[in-house]
Amino acid sequence: MSISAKLTDMPDHELIQRGTGACAGCPSPMGLRIVGKALGPDAIMVMTPSCAVASIGMMPKSCYDVPVLNVCFASAGASAAGISGALDVQIAKGVIAGPKPVVFNWVGDGGTYDIGFQGVSAAAERNDDFIHFCYNNEAYSNTGVQRSGATPLHAATTTTPAGKSEGKKSMPLLMLDHAPAYVATASIAYPQDFYKKIAKAKDIKGFRYIELHAPCGPGWKFPASETVEIGRMAVKTGAWALWEAENGALTINAPTLQLAEGKTKPSSLEDYLKVQGRFAGLMKDAAKEQAIAVMAQGIEKELADLLARSKR
Amino acid sequence: MTKEVLQPLAKPVYGAGGPTGTWRSQRPVLDKEKCTGCLLCWIYCPEAVIAREDRAIDYEYCKGCGLCARECPVGAIAMIREGEEA
Ligand SMILES: Cc1ncc(C[n+]2csc(CCOP(=O)(O)OP(=O)(O)O)c2C)c(N)n1
Ligand code: SF4
Ligand code: SF4
Ligand SMILES: [Mg+2]
Repeated sequence: MSISAKLTDMPDHELIQRGTGACAGCPSPMGLRIVGKALGPDAIMVMTPSCAVASIGMMPKSCYDVPVLNVCFASAGASAAGISGALDVQIAKGVIAGPKPVVFNWVGDGGTYDIGFQGVSAAAERNDDFIHFCYNNEAYSNTGVQRSGATPLHAATTTTPAGKSEGKKSMPLLMLDHAPAYVATASIAYPQDFYKKIAKAKDIKGFRYIELHAPCGPGWKFPASETVEIGRMAVKTGAWALWEAENGALTINAPTLQLAEGKTKPSSLEDYLKVQGRFAGLMKDAAKEQAIAVMAQGIEKELADLLARSKR
Repeated sequence: MTKEVLQPLAKPVYGAGGPTGTWRSQRPVLDKEKCTGCLLCWIYCPEAVIAREDRAIDYEYCKGCGLCARECPVGAIAMIREGEEA
């Protein structure tokens, strides 16, 4: 089945009700709008503590036009699995009519990479029937921007004021090694690619993982108008790679593929870093050139590994 | 124990985060003549306040982030300081 992701063909349905509690330029409602269009109204959303929860608004109002359950970090996988399993039983017993609503998690990088990791990993291993979206803003933004396992090397956060001395972990690849039916990465700057991946995941049963790269202005220290441009730069420098894997078979998507194959030159990594205040310390460091060269080598290696994996 | 169905605690409405248009220091102003209808501003607006049909902007909730102006490929949206004329 081919999925049209032309903007003119995208559904009108809006999951986001205007006037949210999110910061101006926030990538979370931007991403959720695409999720709503791809999944349709018949869905149930589960969230762990995050900016996306704080954005809901003031009780008894909600900015999300979908049933939402706020759960604790530790049950990032178990809650969605429980809802999904209960729906299966209710449909089987005829208590409710099908088709089954799509159950999905909308969880941050803190909730996915770190605090909720065991829950997400266990759900993937059990092949529980839901989609886990990780919107990755590379920090614990909601609590004032602390470092997470997704924060990149040298980025300053409130817990790494001199810049993080470790790199990020490869969460999408860790999920791929759980061997679910579908794993994909996406970027806020490429909404059509994201839409297609969600539409594909929707029709698959079992555990599905989609991670959305989501630049955060207040956290990364850039103006609200730049969210999309910085997301685009991340992809064009190779700092964020776009790929998907169906039943373990990995395909690199454009424009990451052209970078990995050496057909296009990556955009300047320094240009990407210098527009983000979180790298201001690095930009002033005497060893800046060398540090950026090491980061570029890391990207090159990651792309080479992805390319090798895509040919397996 | 009662077996009543638990009612949802919160319901979807516009302005759950308040009248967010008051957050704005700059407002986006559309030049209909220049607009090609590519819909990029519509898809990128985090608040879903740009109408798909005519790109009319709902100023009651637009936060003035400036993403629509930044992403419009033909410069059909200008950011104007609040209180000043377009
Ligand atoms: C067990 C537990 N530890 C810490 C917190 C405090 N807390 C609330 S939101 C949050 C940040 C979550 O970060 P992330 O998942 O990346 O989402 P973001 O805020 O970046 O959107 C934290 C640490 C909590 N609610 N529960
Ligand atoms: S991005 Fe610009 S040209 Fe495209 S629809 Fe919006 S205003 Fe019109
Ligand atoms: S300024 Fe931001 S919130 Fe307002 S219409 Fe443009 S993209 Fe939407
Ligand atoms: Mg985060």
